[in-house]
Amino acid sequence: MSTFLGMPATAPRGVGHLRGDEPFPAAAHRALADEQLRNNLRHATTTIRGKSGRVIAELPDWQELRSAGSAIKADVLSRLPDLLEELEARVVERGGVVHWAADANEANRIVTELVRATGSERVIKVKSMATQEIALNEALEAAGIQPVETDLAELIVQLGQDKPSHILVPAIHRNRSEIREIFLKAMPGVDPALTDDPPVLAAAARKYLRETFLSTKVAISGANFGVAETGTLAVVESEGNGRMCLTLPDTLITVMGIEKVVPTWQDLEVFLQLLPRASTGERMNPYTTMWTGVTPGDGPQDFHLVLLDNGRSAVLADPRGRTALHCIRCSACLNVCPVYERTGGHAYGSVYPGPIGAVLSPQLTGVEDNASLPFASSLCGACFDACPVKIDIPSMLVHLRNQAPHPRSERAAMRAAAYTMERPKLYARAQRAAKLARIAGRRGLGLPLGWNEARDLPEIPEQTFRDWWASR
Amino acid sequence: MRIALFATCLADTLFPEAAKATVRLLERLGHEVVFPFDQTCCGQMHVNTGFQRDAVPLVKRYVSTFDPFDVIVAPSGSCVGSIRHQHAMVAADAGEAGLAARAEDVGRRTYELSELLIDVLQVEDVGARYPHRVTYHPTCHSLRMIRVGDKPLRLLRRVRGLELVELPAAEQCCGFGGTFSVKNAETSAAMLADKMTAIVSTGASVCTAGDASCLMHLGGGLSRRDAGVRTVHLAEILAST
Ligand code: SF4
Repeated sequence: MSTFLGMPATAPRGVGHLRGDEPFPAAAHRALADEQLRNNLRHATTTIRGKSGRVIAELPDWQELRSAGSAIKADVLSRLPDLLEELEARVVERGGVVHWAADANEANRIVTELVRATGSERVIKVKSMATQEIALNEALEAAGIQPVETDLAELIVQLGQDKPSHILVPAIHRNRSEIREIFLKAMPGVDPALTDDPPVLAAAARKYLRETFLSTKVAISGANFGVAETGTLAVVESEGNGRMCLTLPDTLITVMGIEKVVPTWQDLEVFLQLLPRASTGERMNPYTTMWTGVTPGDGPQDFHLVLLDNGRSAVLADPRGRTALHCIRCSACLNVCPVYERTGGHAYGSVYPGPIGAVLSPQLTGVEDNASLPFASSLCGACFDACPVKIDIPSMLVHLRNQAPHPRSERAAMRAAAYTMERPKLYARAQRAAKLARIAGRRGLGLPLGWNEARDLPEIPEQTFRDWWASR
Repeated sequence: MRIALFATCLADTLFPEAAKATVRLLERLGHEVVFPFDQTCCGQMHVNTGFQRDAVPLVKRYVSTFDPFDVIVAPSGSCVGSIRHQHAMVAADAGEAGLAARAEDVGRRTYELSELLIDVLQVEDVGARYPHRVTYHPTCHSLRMIRVGDKPLRLLRRVRGLELVELPAAEQCCGFGGTFSVKNAETSAAMLADKMTAIVSTGASVCTAGDASCLMHLGGGLSRRDAGVRTVHLAEILAST
């Protein structure tokens, strides 16, 4: 018997890529030791930051656009069920089929069965965070279907049997000589004389992908936006490989997170300005592909839309946390984050790394399952300023920290500190005791050793301020 | 003007010079400074570490201690940020609507030092003299939480003898982040290392900021590295003659 307690379910365990194998500090430890990785990251994030900053500065109404984006998203979340039903009705009217997937297991099963029904043993894929989140590639492979990523960076990750480390630039942690090695080892039909010259590498990928595009009958995509009033789906990208997938095959299956719906076509105007400038630093993304159901004689003749929840309803149920669903996956917050810049994406354990990952992943899985992530931030606030839809990530981190389980010793120390600070006389005595403890050679401040490894503790002064004031 | 001083627990205990300098400076400018002894800590550490409920009595204490004053100053952008942006939330979450409203109100009357000087007392030249080469680190909470903007720089530019040098990548976090520097000590140290490199590259002999906490972290690192750069709180520079 199922007991519905009124609380929507979080993303299930054992499937998908939302949970890491180890806590953030342990995973960060390895990344921090990797000099090459840190150089790759610093170089890439600094470059994107600069480019993005320049094109954003060109728009006089950037702050108004951010507010508009945020307001549209808030409106969407306030009437999500209605908008999704509207989207469903319009897609069906135009000859598409809509499937509802409560979680990763259900979505993977639906997509796998749809591909099986076509008889195809290979699918081409448009870069999509939703399908990574649910580990669709792994599910397809288990069913004997070969998924081929067609986004260049995603292909590099796939061929390298690696994990993506950035929302937008999944191979950001790789440099070109590493990419050459990966191609030589894993790309079918690659020229053994391959060099690490970027145009040469791109040409090799193009040749391989062209053949694959022309010989594969099924494509799987995500969606950046789904327009409720018309049933139109939209994918924005830079390479055009996505457009090949979205237009050439007979069957197109789109997996869309339920928060990606927008009410009207007009709303796209706001996001199509915000997204490219914030994410790649382009004024306009080079390819915007939109399709509405099925158009006889043009494009895929069989279209399926899979609407994915996988914990999103649980996020929506938390009024303080729900703005994480505003996210348009532009990755601006990653590029400005000083923690991400040093640790890279793998340290976060989830397909959603960086600041947004630190708030979204624990919400999708339940905070217990990603308990170290809300602490993987210095709360510097750079992400909030960068976010094109104004998600107050620092406040949300604090909110989630208050839901996270705490080690017993930490709880005791915090309680003791609060108890003392509630009582000014006791507090003044504790200040003096701290000095005595220091003189006695103990770690009077109770700071764990990690601190002392890189920094000297300040000398405890002769006299506290309050004693000085009293003696004036 | 009668100004109440919130010394902050950190300055009170570990960096009394920053609080003393605040008093000296304000008195020199002709104001009366009051130090209510009932004050302790703003509770930011508890809120930001995930012990929000333990911070409720600290919010109450702050509000009842400082409610009687029209103008309150703290030599810490971070604590002012917490008072202004977290106290009302902590009270509201605890179901104390009355306290939340009072906290909001007291928060509006609580200023960081450079805000007090420029916005309230309307003084840019505080008559200080400090003949050193100085670089300024705009701490994250001063910069992005309470948005002090260029106020500290405007004050520093009027200090006699002071040579102000620009800090490269100034807006990047120094890696302190309160308990972040304990829970993620290695990541914090990596951020600190880059910040120190930037500071040393300026050739300054003094690095200043409006937050004792970030200066403790930076100063601890610079001391370990033996970098020949001292950290000095903004209040101490403005108070020196
Ligand atoms: S949280 Fe904001 S900045 Fe970060 S990826 Fe999402 S939309 Fe972009």
